[in-house]
Formats: sequence, structure tokens, C-alpha cells
Amino acid sequence: MGFPGSMSSISREDVAHLARLARLAVTDDELDRFAGQLDQVLGAVARVGEAAVADVPPMSHAVPLTNVLRADVVTPSLPRDVVLAGAPAAEDDRIRVPRILGDAE
Amino acid sequence: MTSTRTDLTSADVAELSRLLSTGEVSAVEVTRAHLDRIAAQDGRLGAYLHVEDDAAIAAATAVDEARAAGDELGPLAGVPVALKDLVVTEGVPTTSGSKILEGWLPPYSATIATRLAEAGTVLLGKTNMDEFAMGSSTENSAYQVTRNPWDTDRIPGGSSGGSSAAVAGDLAPWSIGTDTGGSIRQPAAVTGLVGHKPTYGSVSRYGLIAFSSSLDQAGPMARTVLDAAVMHEVIGGHDPRDSTSIDSPLAGLADAARSGAAGDLRGVRIGVVRELGGEGHTEGYEPGVLARTREAIEVLAGLGAEVTEVSCPSFDLALPAYYLIAPSEASSNLARYEGVRFGLRVGDDGSHDLDEVMALTREAGFGPEVKRRIILGTYALSSGYYEAYYGQAQKVRTLITRDFTSAFADVDVLVSPTTPTVAFPIGARVEDPIAMYAADLCTLPASLAGLPAISVPSGLSDGLPVGLQVMAPALADDRCYRVAAALEAAQDAARGHRLLDELPGRAAA
Repeated sequence: MGFPGSMSSISREDVAHLARLARLAVTDDELDRFAGQLDQVLGAVARVGEAAVADVPPMSHAVPLTNVLRADVVTPSLPRDVVLAGAPAAEDDRIRVPRILGDAE
Repeated sequence: MTSTRTDLTSADVAELSRLLSTGEVSAVEVTRAHLDRIAAQDGRLGAYLHVEDDAAIAAATAVDEARAAGDELGPLAGVPVALKDLVVTEGVPTTSGSKILEGWLPPYSATIATRLAEAGTVLLGKTNMDEFAMGSSTENSAYQVTRNPWDTDRIPGGSSGGSSAAVAGDLAPWSIGTDTGGSIRQPAAVTGLVGHKPTYGSVSRYGLIAFSSSLDQAGPMARTVLDAAVMHEVIGGHDPRDSTSIDSPLAGLADAARSGAAGDLRGVRIGVVRELGGEGHTEGYEPGVLARTREAIEVLAGLGAEVTEVSCPSFDLALPAYYLIAPSEASSNLARYEGVRFGLRVGDDGSHDLDEVMALTREAGFGPEVKRRIILGTYALSSGYYEAYYGQAQKVRTLITRDFTSAFADVDVLVSPTTPTVAFPIGARVEDPIAMYAADLCTLPASLAGLPAISVPSGLSDGLPVGLQVMAPALADDRCYRVAAALEAAQDAARGHRLLDELPGRAAA
């Protein structure tokens, strides 16, 4: 699905689609509010398009480091009980997960 | 020494350190004084999300016992500290200001928390913040409003607003903040504190709850430039557990602050950035802020610095570039809150599958600003829009960095106001994201380029603090401390006391 409308414009339907992609079960009220606010923000940030950057390389990071490797040494992991204590649901020494396949599938 | 009770909470760290090492006060006395004041005053300010209470007294007791036993202790042993609530602390609640982490007890500690503990500091508690550090007023906290000690109807800045209110309100002698687009510098400016954003990569991000990983940096918030430099030396340095950590030590920061305070800036070249409040670029800046900035620059020139105006044309595009890059990185970073491994889980009643539980959990756990930024970031990274938004923003980031590089060919530091206005009233910008984002106008360029930048008080406007920002080349954090300390010392001497002593109702230290 594409995003209808002009480039620096974001509709209620766009927001609903993006919220689904981002796993946010937004309410109707939020869709109304966010669409207006995001349209405003997008209008403001679209100004990056004004920059003349034809030959400019992109910069992802301030520190030019690549392939930082740690020493290949075994170090202790977090204890299982400690990790499970932080999980929302645990069962049989494992994290319990909701079903991953829906009925309709 | 009953009179020291008040003094202990308004003293700077250098003074507390002296009192503790000479045995004039005990660590328990210092900690107790802070906990008492938090109990009495934090209902009004709302700086803390969690207070350590008994654990802080236990830590202070251990310091006193070690000192009594004749152990060799560092200069900071027994000095209390507050941490922004996105610094993970083993067994101590850490929420990042979000309901999605309510009740979570981290199973490990951030490197900076460990380093502060190893220096003997006593953790007082965790400070309020905008949820996931997204905001400039701390009003985006899912838990509570934090008030500016200078005027409790106004914001304390953000996102490190709990950390700024705690230190300005005498609820901690210093604190840790984090800065992604200005979240240390802007709250420091509007509360009359010193706040420094270190060179990106010079302070470990291990154990900091991520917002925008290419920008996030932790740093000190303090009452004096020297205190900030001392804390920076404690938390800084290489950490193999952060792959972006720079393996070259930053030393001599406290020395730079001391040398700056001596008041000789001859040979220092200062560039005033035209695009940040200069001629033709004053829209949105309060006259009082611009006046304090001009006066501060005159003070620096009076100390021998050579002042010139510098143009950095791409800085005009820092705000739009930042508000594409940071939300894009956030939308990816915050994908980890899926309701499975830790934190909140909502809708797990057998009728919803994993995808639905994830969406319900994130809907219930995230506040409006976090959702807005996740949606914006998802949009900016989506196919068909990536080049026009995220890709273009990354190129603008290069232009901004080039502007800095060419400016630093001619000057040693750059200065500007820290933020265009004094603290604004609570509620004034909540429904207007664009107006809120404008608070970061001056701090964003150094964030995008990964450069060090400090905010130091420059005076009051309408009775509210104004900050001067000093920016330096990568790894030249010492220049920020030197110039900031020179301004601080000259202004303190001229007015006969510290700016913070003008805070209504505050006892002079």
C-alpha cells in the first residue's frame, strides 16, 4: 500500500497504516489528532529537501568506526532467574509468549 | 553544626568533597540532609520518580565506616548524586519516564552508574524526564509534572528536567542528564545550571535506554563548571561494552575549568554563530536572551578572547534534519518494547495473538509524543520516502558537520544562546509539537555533528536564567570547560555571588 496525497502531506489513512506497521493499536481519537499534528511536523521537516546535496555523502554517525570487534572471550551471561523475573509472563523456566498464529491464518 | 543542614544541600560538590574528606561532616549527614529536603520539597517540584531512602543511607554508612577504618577513599566518596531515569541501575526502578517500563527492575547497571558508584558517590534516586527523552519540557513524562525551582508555574526544561530541577532545587548537588538534541544543555540553561554534552562516543552509552543511538550522550549537570568537569572525568573514558566508545581518554577537564576560572583568555578565538540568534536570525529569540548572550560575549572579550562572527549556513536545516533522524532511529530502537521479554504486556488473555498483544501493549504503554515520533520515523524510513526524508537528512548532517569543520579552521570555540527563550509556562507548548521543537534550535547542530557543547549561565531575563552555549571540536571538551569557567568566574566576581543564589528563597551557599 502506498501513501496517497502529496509528498509533505499525511492523511488519517496514512497514519492508520503507519501505526499498523509500527504495531500501535491507536484509537480513532488519536488518528484524528496525530494526522493533523504529523502533517504539520512533516511540513516543517520537509525543508531538508531545500538543501543542495547532489554530491554530498550521507552521514549516519559522528564517529567513523567500522567493525568494532570484542575479544573472543566467554563472559558470564545474566542469570536465567534474573531475566525471567523481568519478563511479563514466565512458565517452566521460559518466557511465556502469546500464540503466534491467528485463527484466520 | 545545626546550621549546616541547609548549607549541605546548597553547597557545590567541591565544597561537599572538602567537608567529607576533612571529616567535618559524615556521608550519612550529607545524605540525610538531602533525603530530608527531598521529603519536604519534592512534592512541590516533582523532580524524582524514585528515591533510594534506606539504600542511600546504607551506602553513605558504608562510606563512613570505610573512612573510619582508615581506607583510602576518593575525593567523591559520600557525595550524593541523582541519575536521570534512563540510566539503568541494577535492582533500582528504571522507567525512562514511560508506563511501558513501570515496575521493571533492571538486571544490570549502566557503565556510568557503576563508575559513579565506584567513585563512592551515593545514589539518591532517579529523576523524572520526558518519556524516552522525547521532549524539551519534561511534560511528556508518563508519571508527573516537574516544576522549575525559579518559578513553579514554568517548565524545568527537558528531557532531563528532573535532573535540572533536582540540582537547582537543592535536592541533589549534581546529576546525570542525557542529551540527544539538547536535553542536558537546555534544562541546564533554563534552571541556572551548568550542563555539558560530551563529544559523542566519549562517555559510554552501555546501559542508557536508547532513544536515537547516533546522537545519545550522557553528561553532567551541576552548579559549577568545575563540578561538571569533575563528574565528566568520572563517567568518561573507553568502554568495550559500547561499540561506539572512543578509545582515547579525555583528560584534564577539571584542570581546564580551573585554568579558565583564572580569567585569562588571551589567544582564545571565539566565533559567534550568526545563524543562531545573530543578525537576520533573531526570529523566535527573546530580546532578553540575546542581550545576556551579547553581554557574556563582551565579558569573554574583556578576558582577552578574540571574538569574530562566523557563518554556518546549514545550521538553518538542523531542526528539520534532526526531527527526521531522531524519530527514524527511535522507531527502530523502540521496536524492542514488544511485551514479550520485559516490561508491560497488555491483552494476553488468550483471545489475542502475539501481533495483537504487541500492538495493544505499545498502545497502552507509550504516550502521545512517543507514538507521534514512532509514526513519523516509520514514515521517513518507508520505501519511496526514505531518500527524500531520512536520506536527505543524513546529507544535511554532513553539511552541518562541514560548517563546523570550516568554522573551527578559524576559531577555537563557537558560542550561541543555549535556547531561544527562558523557561516557558507549563502547558504552553503541549499541543504544538513544532513550538516545542524550537526549544532545541541552538543545541541541535552540535548534536548532529557529535561535538562537545556546554551551557553555562549568562544571567537572568525577567528573573529567569539564560544560558550561553560553548561548542568545540570533537574531543576538545576541555575548551568548553575553560571558556565556560572563565565566564562563570568573571560574572560571579562581578555580582559578588553565584547566579543560583538569586533563586527566590534559596539560602546562599
